Amino acid sequence: MNEKILEIKDLTVSFDGFKALNNLNFSLNTGELRVIIGPNGAGKTTFLDIITGKTKPTEGQVFFKGKNLRPYSEDQIARMGIGRKFQTPRVYLNLSPRENLELACNRVKTVFTTLFKKTPTAERRTVSGLLETIGLSHKADMKANLLSHGEKQWLEIGMLVAQSPDLLLVDEPVAGLTDEETERTGELLVSLAESHSIIVIEHDMEFVRQIAQGTVTVLHQGSVLCEGPFDVVQTNPRVIEVYLGQEIDHDAPESIPADLTSAALQGIGEPDQIHTDLSSAALQEIGEPDQVY
Amino acid sequence: MFTGLLDGIFNGLSVGSVLLLAALGLAIVFGLMGVINMAHGELMMLGAYTTFVVQNGFKKLGDPWLQFYIFFAVIAAFIVAALVGLALERGVIRYLYGRPLETLLATWGVSLILQQFVRSVNWVMIIGLVLFCLLFFGGLWLLQRRLDFERIRNWGIAILLPLSVAISLVIGSILSNAYGLAVTKPWFGAQNVDVTAPKWLLGGLPLGNYQLPYTRMFIMVLTVLCVLGIYWFLNKTPWGLRIRSVTQNRNMSACLGIPTKKVDALTFALGSGLAGIAGCAVSLLGSVGPNTGQNYIVNTFMVVVVGGVGKLVGTIVGALAIGITDYIIGTGILALLFAPIPPLANFFTFFATTSMAKVMVFFLIVVFLQFRPAGLFPQKGRAVDA
Amino acid sequence: MAVDVAVERSGIASSRRRALLIEAAIVLAIALVFILVVPLLLSGFRLNLMGRFLALSIVALGIDLIWGFTGLLSLGHGIFFTLGGYALAMHLKLQIPPTASSQLPEFMSLYGVTELPWFWQPFYSFPFAALAVVLIPGILAGLLGYVIFRNRIRGVYFSILTQAATIIFFNFFNGQQKLFNGTNGLTDFQTLFGVKVNAPATQYGFYVLTIIFLILAYALCRWLTSGRFGRLLMAIRDDESRVRFTGYNPTGFKVLVFAISGALAGLSGALFTLQTGIVSPNSMNIAFSIEMVIWVAVGGRATLVGAILGTLVVNFAKSLLSEKFPDIWLFFQGGLFLLVVMFLPDGIIGWLRTEGKNLVRRLTGRKQIATYPSLEEDPEVDYERKNLGD
Repeated sequence: MNEKILEIKDLTVSFDGFKALNNLNFSLNTGELRVIIGPNGAGKTTFLDIITGKTKPTEGQVFFKGKNLRPYSEDQIARMGIGRKFQTPRVYLNLSPRENLELACNRVKTVFTTLFKKTPTAERRTVSGLLETIGLSHKADMKANLLSHGEKQWLEIGMLVAQSPDLLLVDEPVAGLTDEETERTGELLVSLAESHSIIVIEHDMEFVRQIAQGTVTVLHQGSVLCEGPFDVVQTNPRVIEVYLGQEIDHDAPESIPADLTSAALQGIGEPDQIHTDLSSAALQEIGEPDQVY
Repeated sequence: MFTGLLDGIFNGLSVGSVLLLAALGLAIVFGLMGVINMAHGELMMLGAYTTFVVQNGFKKLGDPWLQFYIFFAVIAAFIVAALVGLALERGVIRYLYGRPLETLLATWGVSLILQQFVRSVNWVMIIGLVLFCLLFFGGLWLLQRRLDFERIRNWGIAILLPLSVAISLVIGSILSNAYGLAVTKPWFGAQNVDVTAPKWLLGGLPLGNYQLPYTRMFIMVLTVLCVLGIYWFLNKTPWGLRIRSVTQNRNMSACLGIPTKKVDALTFALGSGLAGIAGCAVSLLGSVGPNTGQNYIVNTFMVVVVGGVGKLVGTIVGALAIGITDYIIGTGILALLFAPIPPLANFFTFFATTSMAKVMVFFLIVVFLQFRPAGLFPQKGRAVDA
Repeated sequence: MAVDVAVERSGIASSRRRALLIEAAIVLAIALVFILVVPLLLSGFRLNLMGRFLALSIVALGIDLIWGFTGLLSLGHGIFFTLGGYALAMHLKLQIPPTASSQLPEFMSLYGVTELPWFWQPFYSFPFAALAVVLIPGILAGLLGYVIFRNRIRGVYFSILTQAATIIFFNFFNGQQKLFNGTNGLTDFQTLFGVKVNAPATQYGFYVLTIIFLILAYALCRWLTSGRFGRLLMAIRDDESRVRFTGYNPTGFKVLVFAISGALAGLSGALFTLQTGIVSPNSMNIAFSIEMVIWVAVGGRATLVGAILGTLVVNFAKSLLSEKFPDIWLFFQGGLFLLVVMFLPDGIIGWLRTEGKNLVRRLTGRKQIATYPSLEEDPEVDYERKNLGD
């Protein structure tokens, strides 16, 4: 099983001159569970955007099962077998969990099959099973906007599995969850890893320790800083440097030109009063709208 | 033929500069709040009517003053439209943030009300409105001073609202019975009114066998001044900086302590004020009626679509491009240009009327959007369309 | 496990079938009341109005489909509505008695046209005209939708582009005197199938026809919006990019729904034209298309009954108020827009569903539903819904 399911070569993405990803090389074996960590603004979410086709690379190629993904759109890539879970749970709030899962589970996603064909029994059974796995059987038929944050996270993971992808991309699955929920999510991911290839992006080091069985990749300023088993990576001096911010981080927030932010700061308050590292981290955190909750 | 093309470009530029003036405010507001203001045209119309009122006022003052009424009219139009815009933002739009389609419908409602307002406004109506505002908001203000305001709020409104409406209606009808036509005659009525340009704007600059009308040149100068003014405001003043930062990232700006609500209100007032100036300019080109605004909105919306969001230069290029294309097609200059090739010439002759030119321009815009769906100068980055 | 699912399924299926039968019975009963009883209660003039408004509620259903369910605010349905009207009117204009001096519609002779334009020719045939009523608007909507949706243009952009399209068609039809009689439009219809169009009996026939088509349109929309397809439409409305990442391409779905919605508008326009006796570019003005949206909003979007109810309520209110206070009708209309958007976002039906239930319970002395611990009012849930929605 040492076949590569995902291979990324010399990938560069730039937004108006700012390089979100810089000459990045990456590969993932079939059946592997890979954790990617990295400070804010390291380009982790852009990395997922590229794989799922939301953003097209400026330079370089992405190969999924040996196929170059550049010409394909998001929905085609999703049908090829890449599923993505977002940072904030994105489920359809006005549908019930059952309906959410049924939509994801639908095998033939063309207009006319969706319109004329009824959901096959096999799919219904899969959905019922999944509802049980994610612990939402008793809430299967209420609107999803009445679910708690954790339940939505789980529902979205359920939707991901319902798509039956070969590669799962999971972006910060435990943000905003309680410790218990976090642990259960970890168990779920590890059990999923038995039959899928998974990339998990995470900040929570405890959680990473729980799920990281093999290699951990550290991203920094849009490239791979180092790769290796979690214990090794953890003691790598450069990783510590990056994470503790001893080096001054020139990394501009992705969506805001640097001059404007610093100017905005000056226009409003004394920048000196804010701890610089803290504020730049805060900026980056907020610079990504789907991260605010 | 060359002079024809030159003439086309000049006139197109002048049409485009009116469009630009009208679209400028719309684009800034849309960039900041994602809101398309359907009442933007009516704010222009208010600006045009303000010009009319100012002109009549200056007529009473006599000649030396009358020549310069237009400068005061521009300022007055800006202020009137900005105030109405401010009221619109505070009263309606701020409750609808994050629901752009609903905002579209609500502002359309406002535009209908404004149209009917200028048709039927008279002294009784104004007195009634002022009275109502005094009674209702005054009453609310008094109630607010009570400690248990939150508890009695709904009751207070339920009593105050019909009471103030009734008092204003009764006083209004008493007034109209007592003074008759003097107070019930509409100020403007449904007919169009005319604004005459001051003497020094009549005529034009002769250029070969063609004349550049001074009013058109005045409008172009006005547009340039407005664009420069806006550019200066956005780039050199603290409030401009705040507007730009909220435009780029609302959440972050709020976290940094920028009063986003004030920024919204200010921007909306500014955008509306610009509409007022545009209205003042438009009043120089033809008569002014309650429907004046309607003639411009669709074109200004198209400028915003073509120009893209968040960059001034997009709006400028978009407006001028649409203006020039519209004029060149509409006057049949292209038909003349392609006269040697009959099928092409026939094709362009078919579109060589004002209304058919719009058909062609729309078609071109749709084609353009196939290649640049986010407009001329799209924003890039991850935050876009997250 | 498998047995459980099967049992559960047949249970759900039979209860669903029963609910559908009940719904069909109710629809039929209401239709019979409208066909048999209402004509006795209303004067001829009001009945004609009722027929027109019922025709309009078909376009409202179309708008509900595209806006209420799919979340795309079209401000261009006036185009499709009017095109449907023109398609039928062209057939009616060609019903020229063989004895007439000119075998052309009279306006053509007036503008010096000597030969029937080629695209008028097929409209001699009624089946062609009847198909054109739904196909021309449907295909046009599909094309327009395709060029807009394939570039992921949506939201406000879609709305103002459709609005621009409206004004373009308005201009175009206004300018074509020789082809479509310009501003005056097509009017003065004589016969259809040899029957006088304006005779009361014929008009009653059109009234019944309108009701039948309304039921069919309702059934179509009901079928579309229930089941997976309908749920996918709502998913597109709530989070389109998530739909993409799930593996669906929303473009096709949106184009299809927009085309169906346009076809319904065309049907509506044709039925409306039969009962008003005129079709002109005037129904392609900007205001009319936005008005259609407010009918749906008043009734309650994403509820099909709401669309029909809203159309009838708003239009009767309009005809009453604009008769009584023609001067200030626009104030009412503007106020209605503000009122509905700001205070009644879910329309009459939505209000009945929430407030109405409680009111009934209070009146009948039954206990109100205790809403605590109300998820509806939980500030955290509310905050999340607002901020995590997109």
